[in-house]
Amino acid sequence: MIPLTHYLVLGAILFAISMVGIFLNRKNVVILLMAIELLLLAVNINFVAFSHYLQDPAGEIFVFFILTVAAAESAIGLAILIVLFRNRRSVNVEDLDLLKG
Amino acid sequence: MELNIQPILPEIFICAMACVILVLDLYLKPERRTIAYVLTVMTLLVAAGLYWQDFATGSAVYLNGMFIKDRFSDVVKIAICLLSLLVFVYSREYIKARDLFLSEYFVLGLFAVLGMMVMVSAGHFLALYLGLELLSLSLYAMVAFQRDSSVATEAAMKYFVLGALGSAMLLYGMSIIYGLTGSLDISVVRGIVAAQAAPDNVILVLGLVFILVSLAFKIGAVPFHMWVPDVYHGAPTSSTLFVSTAPKLAGFAIIIRLLVGGLEDLHFMWRDMLIVLAVLSMLLGNLIAIAQTNLKRMLAYSAISHMGFMLLGILAGTPNGYSAGLFYGLVYTFMGLGGFGIVVLLSRAGYEADELDDLRGLNQSHPWYAFLILIFMFSMAGVPPTLGFFAKLSVIQAVIDVELTWLAVIAVLFTVIGAFYYLRVIKLVYFDPPAVAAREISATADLRVLLSANAVALVLLLPMVGPIQEMCTQAIASVVGAF
Amino acid sequence: METIYLLTPLACLVGAIVAGLFGKRIGRTGAHRVTISGVAIAFLLSVIVFVDVMNGNLFNGPVYTWAVSEGTVYQIGFLIDELTAVMMVVVTFVSFMVHIYTIGYMEEDPGYQRFFSYIALFTFSMLMLVMSNNFLQLFFGWEAVGLVSYLLIGFWFKKDTAIAANLKAFLVNRVGDLGFLLGIGGVLYLFGTLDYADVFAAAPDFAGETMPGTETLWMTLICLLLFVGAMGKSAQVPLHVWLPDSMEGPTPISALIHAATMVTAGIFMVARMSPLFELSDTALNFVLVIGAITAFFMALVGLVQNDIKRVIAYSTLSQLGYMTVALGASAYAAGIFHLGTHAFFKALLFLAAGSVIIALHHEQDMRHMGGLRRVMPITWITMIIGTLALIGTPGFSGFFSKDAIIEAVHYSQQPAAKFAHIALTAGTFVTAFYSWRLIFLTFHGEPRDREKFDHAKESPWVVTLPLILLAIPSVIVGWIFVEPMLFGDFFGSSIVVRPEHDTLARLAEHNDPGHGAAWQMVAHGILALPVLLTALGTVLAWIMYIVRPDLPGKLAGRFSAIYKILLNKYGIDEFNEFFFARGGRNIGNFFWRIGDVKLIDGIMVNGTARVVGWVSSVVRHIQTGYVYHYAFAMIIGLFVLMTWFLSS
Repeated sequence: MIPLTHYLVLGAILFAISMVGIFLNRKNVVILLMAIELLLLAVNINFVAFSHYLQDPAGEIFVFFILTVAAAESAIGLAILIVLFRNRRSVNVEDLDLLKG
Repeated sequence: MELNIQPILPEIFICAMACVILVLDLYLKPERRTIAYVLTVMTLLVAAGLYWQDFATGSAVYLNGMFIKDRFSDVVKIAICLLSLLVFVYSREYIKARDLFLSEYFVLGLFAVLGMMVMVSAGHFLALYLGLELLSLSLYAMVAFQRDSSVATEAAMKYFVLGALGSAMLLYGMSIIYGLTGSLDISVVRGIVAAQAAPDNVILVLGLVFILVSLAFKIGAVPFHMWVPDVYHGAPTSSTLFVSTAPKLAGFAIIIRLLVGGLEDLHFMWRDMLIVLAVLSMLLGNLIAIAQTNLKRMLAYSAISHMGFMLLGILAGTPNGYSAGLFYGLVYTFMGLGGFGIVVLLSRAGYEADELDDLRGLNQSHPWYAFLILIFMFSMAGVPPTLGFFAKLSVIQAVIDVELTWLAVIAVLFTVIGAFYYLRVIKLVYFDPPAVAAREISATADLRVLLSANAVALVLLLPMVGPIQEMCTQAIASVVGAF
Repeated sequence: METIYLLTPLACLVGAIVAGLFGKRIGRTGAHRVTISGVAIAFLLSVIVFVDVMNGNLFNGPVYTWAVSEGTVYQIGFLIDELTAVMMVVVTFVSFMVHIYTIGYMEEDPGYQRFFSYIALFTFSMLMLVMSNNFLQLFFGWEAVGLVSYLLIGFWFKKDTAIAANLKAFLVNRVGDLGFLLGIGGVLYLFGTLDYADVFAAAPDFAGETMPGTETLWMTLICLLLFVGAMGKSAQVPLHVWLPDSMEGPTPISALIHAATMVTAGIFMVARMSPLFELSDTALNFVLVIGAITAFFMALVGLVQNDIKRVIAYSTLSQLGYMTVALGASAYAAGIFHLGTHAFFKALLFLAAGSVIIALHHEQDMRHMGGLRRVMPITWITMIIGTLALIGTPGFSGFFSKDAIIEAVHYSQQPAAKFAHIALTAGTFVTAFYSWRLIFLTFHGEPRDREKFDHAKESPWVVTLPLILLAIPSVIVGWIFVEPMLFGDFFGSSIVVRPEHDTLARLAEHNDPGHGAAWQMVAHGILALPVLLTALGTVLAWIMYIVRPDLPGKLAGRFSAIYKILLNKYGIDEFNEFFFARGGRNIGNFFWRIGDVKLIDGIMVNGTARVVGWVSSVVRHIQTGYVYHYAFAMIIGLFVLMTWFLSS
């Protein structure tokens, strides 16, 4: 049996990767959306692992909700992305700098 | 188990009305969309009435611990209803002039209100998360509502990315606390945390930091404030009105639910974290606001500093402090509403009055509106005969009460720095030559009257400061007393 | 009744707010209509309150509790008793008259609405002051009437002299207010409450209390401090210097604020505090001396003034001195009585002077007047009535009140009473002289400035009507009120006099029972020294200004030293200028150059502002606009918090 810490470390690594992805990525906004998905998945791994380890279904149920919300979230993210592309003709993260200071 | 839906009737009502308006829109001719507006306003009024009528006296938990109904939740919810109501009234002409008068705007607003209601009453991590997401998703869409605006969509994108990051941090923190305590119910968590609270409990600290960071993000405290200026500035002012008011109160409510309701035994830890956040917020917010030339952006930085002040009340960790924070939150949201309301008031079709220079010499053409600006600015700066002063006074008092005098001194110092840019607005309005020769204001009567009432209330409610603070104290007592 | 109490000041406040904020929109007519109706309502309500109080219905209670701090309750409350009722009627009546008069006087002024707003606001503040039932509210009213007074002295803010006068009034009153505030602090310290009723009830218990380590009574200290406040507001020597200069303000203001009402606030306050002052003989003697000095020496200065308004201003100072002496002699009722009669005839004199001033197109120098009685009959007659009242001609209102004061001082046992009695008696001669000098120079003889005379004509009815309406009480109030106020139990419990101080009672003993007190006073007074001196002064003025107009110049030449001293008002202004102002200025300059300009302005204020502005413009670049920097900031923040708490 794989110990709990393995799952937690995996979750932490995924979480870190996606955070790094958000601030290292300077090119495409779509990658940001992917990173956000990954963030939520990392959390899901945590929840499922804990849930299994505690023998408590509440965590797993939470995961279903997170998945649903994540779907809605990406829908909105993509919608904003499309509007953004229409206005700017670009999905480059570095072009998002009209508002500053 | 019996399912008692009585206490959540207002929430069900708001949800149902949002759906009704959404469906109704299919059958509404564009020129009759005012019906959707009227329905929305009515919904909020009725909801506020329902809360008022069923005003809680103590604290009760419903729906398997998911939903808490206490004095605190009812006070905050009524405030949220009224704030959102005012937002819709203020922004009606504004969105009409920009072809944004769509039913979706009201539906999104109602869903956001629903999300806030769920947050305010959340007794469970899941409810809290779902409420928060319902609010956030609606807000992202509202910010992006002006589809042809380049800045609005940029603001929405930034808000979305950072907001998602914030939510993920909250979830990560929740997952850690869940793993440690084995429960998602906040009251159960409280019991277990109380037993394990120790500075060397690494996992607990980790979870606390994640949760705290996401909460700080939601209210926009430094250094998690970066979204605030861009979103407030970029979004259409109607959406800025919404984003900058009621959600702050909801944010305050979840801080109370999580930090006070769930993790109060870690106060010795989150107190220091909040001190850092509060000092940074007051410093950076007030400092950067000085350099702003855009009114909306300036008000955004001012909002950041105000959140710093609100945190002062919370970090005191006493019932007095929490109620001072609640009082500050209530006063601030109505001041902020007025501040952005001024932008809405002065704007008209094809003209956005959001630059500071647009206010130049307003006194000469419209002395009454100039006077309203004077009241709002004085109140935000905390000049004595306004509610803003009493709000600042009560949080500073709360901090002194727990012997953090140095923090109070810093707060006063930042108030002085902050006064600089508020007073600069007044100088522009009163002493500078007019920017445009003939300025016309196309605002409708309801906006003029309500905005005037909003401003005047900041002074005229002075005799009511005692009762309002008493109400806050009782609201907080219902939360603290429930344990 | 509580509603009526509340409505009385509020009616004025509403008028002030409407005229002040919406002045432009409602126009000139709107502004004076709204304020005049507000004050008219206040006057009517005051009369109702007066009648009600006469029927024995007193009131003392809070209207609204503002805050509670460490057991001390701060509230807005009203104390409605006989004293308050008298003041309310006097204030609202004079204010009402002045409001009407202003329509004519300020007709061409661009600040018309502003002016109306101010005077209505003044009436509100004055009412709050007299109706107060606690020290805190009294102080607020005190400061509020002061504020309006400054605003109005500097009403013509483009005139340099007006600004200087304004500043002087402000500074001098600060000295008084400091004393007043310390006095209130003393009350709070000693009694632990600011409520009149509680303080007065507890006062006898603290009567013997001395300050630790000294022989001085607490009560003496408190009363002296409070009286310093009264000296500032009621312009007693040496804090009187602001009042003559305040004549730079528009004439209706001189009448309303600087003659009839605001300057009497100090008198009112001391009368209100009679339960405290009665407990300190030291304080009463001090009051007597100050009042007597003011009454006599300020009257002397009035002899040589040439500005018509300044003559009346010095007369006001002198009369305030009379009132103060009455307080010092424990004849509070006489002081308040004189306050009331003086309000009517002095407002009348000022408004009549104003009428002359408008007729001559803002000429105030009496040397350019003369012979005006032919063109301004109404003004002339009303002014003569005012003068007769002022100098104390038997039968006129001023006679009763002034004679009562002089007689009361005569019966007073205080050590200083002798001096005060001589000063007041001599003062009547001077008063008669300068008053008639004013009348003769202005209305009689030949016009000294033909051109101005030819253009002069009687003022419009809005100006003359208040003159007539004020002339009536100037004649009759004495007859009506002398009996109840001085010898009856008119003031009830609102004024407290210790039996051994009760000079008015001693005065009453000398009256034969069975005849009306008023008749007796007239009969007795006609042959008494003050009236004879008054007659002498009148005759002398007649000789010098009608029969031999060359005499004054010769006299001034012969007694040039005295003349100069008087003309320079004893050099008090010069002394102040030299000692306080210049000394203060030098010290100030020093600190300004070294401390302010270099350190505070240069480095701390401007420097801070510049540094903050610069820092701000740099720091704002943290907000780069790039979303990955924002995210980075969040993550850095997260890690910093995490490491900090995990490592500690």
